Order: sequence, then C-alpha cells, then structure tokens
Amino acid sequence: MDTSALFDFSPLVQELDKILLGFWATIRLTLTSAVIALVLGTILVAMRVAPTPVLRWAGAAYVNVVRNTPLTLVLILCALGLSDTMQLTFSGDPTTNYFWWAVAGLSVYTATFVCEALRSGINTVSMGQAEAARAIGLTFTQTLRLVVLPQAFRSVISPLGSILIALAKNTTIVIVASYLDAAAQMKQMFDDYGGTIPIFLGFAFGYMVLTLPTGFLFGWLAKRLAVAR
Amino acid sequence: MQIRQVGVALAAAGAMIAGLTACGGGGATTVLQKAKDEKKLVIGVKYDQPGLGLKKPDGTVEGFDVDVAKYIAGKLGVPESGIEFKEARSANRESFLKQGQVDMVIASYSITEARKPQVTFSGPYYLAHQDSLIRADDSSITSLDTLKGKKVCQVSGSNSWKNITEGTNKQNLKVEATLVPAGGYDECIAKLKSSAVDVVTTDDTILAGFAKREGASVKVAGAPFTDEKYGVGLKKGDLETCNEINKIIGEMWSDGTAAKLLDKHFAGTGLKMETAAPPAEGCA
Repeated sequence: MDTSALFDFSPLVQELDKILLGFWATIRLTLTSAVIALVLGTILVAMRVAPTPVLRWAGAAYVNVVRNTPLTLVLILCALGLSDTMQLTFSGDPTTNYFWWAVAGLSVYTATFVCEALRSGINTVSMGQAEAARAIGLTFTQTLRLVVLPQAFRSVISPLGSILIALAKNTTIVIVASYLDAAAQMKQMFDDYGGTIPIFLGFAFGYMVLTLPTGFLFGWLAKRLAVAR
Repeated sequence: MQIRQVGVALAAAGAMIAGLTACGGGGATTVLQKAKDEKKLVIGVKYDQPGLGLKKPDGTVEGFDVDVAKYIAGKLGVPESGIEFKEARSANRESFLKQGQVDMVIASYSITEARKPQVTFSGPYYLAHQDSLIRADDSSITSLDTLKGKKVCQVSGSNSWKNITEGTNKQNLKVEATLVPAGGYDECIAKLKSSAVDVVTTDDTILAGFAKREGASVKVAGAPFTDEKYGVGLKKGDLETCNEINKIIGEMWSDGTAAKLLDKHFAGTGLKMETAAPPAEGCA
C-alpha cells in the first residue's frame, strides 16, 4: 500500500494562509460569543434568583428550552429561519450578516450554560451573607451586584473555562449558519487534496493550540482568585 | 511502570500500522483480473445526487452513474449481483482508491490535472458542464458575466464556486460574485427559494436532478461555462483496466446505451444532453 499519503503534510503548508484565516474566524466567533454569553448568562442568573416569580419562571423556561435544543438547530433557525425566510438581517453584506447570526446563535445557547454555572456559584455563597446585606439595607440588585455575584464568579472560574473551551469547539458547526470557519476550510481541503490524516491532524492541533492554553489560564485564574473561606 | 506503559503504547501503535498496511495487500493485481477471477467488484458511487447516484430508502442505489457502473461491470464479466456499491464522497474518493477499499469510482468524478497524479482515469464517459440553478422567475441570469454582483451559494467542501470567482472557466473570466457559504446543496436550495442566494452552481447533471425534484420553483439557467469530464477513477497505475474500460465506454456510446441511460434519468429535466461520446483521453 502507498503509505506516503499518510505522512504528507505539505497541503497544510501550501494553504497555511487560508488555514490561519479560518482559525482567525474561529477566534473572532469564540471571543465575541463568549462576551455576549457572559453578559446574557449573568442577566439570566439574576432572573433565576430574583424575588419576582415571573422573572424566575421566565429565566428557568429560557434555560430549559435553549439548553436542551441542539446547537445545530439553534443555528439553522437563526440563519435559514430568521435571516433568510423572515428577512431579519444585521447587514446587507452576507458575510457580516451571517457572522452576527452565528454569534447570536452561539451566544444564546452558551448563555444557558454560563447561567447554570453561575447559579451553582451563587449556591456556594452562604445564605448569611445575603441576609446580612439585606439587614444593612441593600436592595436585591445591590446585594447581587456587590456581595453575591463577585464571590459566585470567583468560585466558578474553572467551569466557565470549560464552557469557553466547549464554545470554541462548538464554532465548528457555524457552516450551518452560513459562516466559514476553520472546520469549513478543512472540508474544503478534503475536497482539494482528498481526506487525509495529516490534514485532519493539522486542524486538530490548531484547535488544541487555542483550547489547551485556555484551560491552563483558567485553571491558574481559578486558583489565584479562589475565595478564601 | 512508566517505561512499561510506553512500551505497550508503542506496541499498540505498531500493530495499528501493521493492520493498516495489511489492508492494501493480497488478491488480484488489477481490477480487470479481479473481475475475471472473482466475478465481484466494489464500486464507489454518490449516494446523495438525484439523477446520478442516489440511495433510496429501500437500500438500492439508482442514477446515471450507477447504470454506467453496471454496464461497465457487465462488460468486464461481473453480474449485477456481484457489484457492491459503496458511498464515495468527494472527500474520500482518492483515499478509497489508494487504499483499495473500492475497485473503481464512478461518482461525478471530474478528470482534472490536480487529480491525475493520484488517480488513473478512464473515459471521460460523459461531458458535463457547470451551470447555474436559479429561481424560475429570475430572468436576469443568462450567461456567466451576468452573475456579477449576484449572491452565489458556496457549498462547504466543494470547489464549484472557484470556477466563477477565480476565473477557472472556459472564458477565463473572473466574475465578482458575492459568495454565501452553506453546508450542503439542500441548504443552498432552501436559500435560493428564500432569495438569500441568487445562484446555486455545480454540474448541470446534478442541477437537473435537483430541478426535477424541486418542481416549478427553480430552473437551470442554461448558461454553461466549464467542461467537466466525468471519468472512471481507478487505482493509480492500473493501465490495463483503464484501457479496457475506455473500449467499453466507446461501445456504450456506439450501441446507443449511453443515450438510453441519459434519457432514462434526465428526460424532462431540461438538461441539454450530450449526444456523442466525449473525446477519449489516454490512460496515464
């Protein structure tokens, strides 16, 4: 058997510029979605622990519906449903438009996981602290903002890191939202050069370059910022 | 302990490589020989292209490529019951042939310079042309240059869009079209119908199959701008089989089978069918 194809890494070198562009798209998608998901997730968790039953109910309903819907379906709904069929567009330029729809889909999905991680963090803050905050006259929002959430965030840095890594890898399916990322570039190269193991390995390595340091960074942050109790 | 674990891992890796190498060896040397001796062939076809190669719910495959495969196999002495069809995706056709997982590939496989170093091609058995699928009420697209500024669907893992934007067409014309990526042709057609794209482009044979399925809402523009020489892919260097299949393809056109098969699969789709055998290319 011809084994040379097993070790032929040259396509990776030839198409390096396109591969890097693909990973740059992955990075942009990940970072933008991460920021929006963090904001959305914080709002959601505030709703879920709010004293108003309607807010609690709405927060729980959102999390349970979106978290249990496959991400592929969320993205297809965004691109084919909302953007193409309903004509709700962010921009007349397809690339910009689908980028933001992909970010929207990834964010609303990831926000549910951020919300649940934060909620578990809130549970680590002892009840007495919230009661003490109430006793000195802080409102619900002030209690959450000044006392509970800062501690909750610091106790869930590791899980948030895992969610960020999952998000980075989830971007591989944004092609269903009509946006090209590194995974789409890989498929393109499979068509040009045939599906070979070196191409696959090269892309797997590329994702690890992104996710491994993320894991280490968050592990270090978690240790450094842990709340001493 | 550590050293032992590394040793075990190395042994496992070695066994894997040995296993991989073993797959390719043994058996007949050429496909021609195998067809004669064993009366069996494994043929790679598409499973997702209506008109060319489509797997039906009952497990059988049908299409023009499939019938060509049956004709060629029959002439090589293999009965229909001796053919095993395997799904050949665009991405795995070369590796299937190299590793001997299929004996030949008949799967809208265009003969290109880039593929020639890896694959020996018989044929071409059909000359397809890249064309555009457009909405039925769209009269603005009549030729390649009218694609300028239009939104063209870019299917992930396919190169058809390059022929428009990078000028690899018969007119060497680089057309500035806006590319809209999509995961597959079905998504492209959904986008076409909702006006998110204006053009879905690939071989006219494939488009004809889609147009037939979609009915009156879409049509093929009828403005071809490339020649796609569909060849029979063989393992690199199998010239004996290649020459034999070239003879069979010649017969297929001269005895009227080709025209009959084209009519069977593309009648009523609006496809401008080729009526004569495409000029043969030598085996290499």
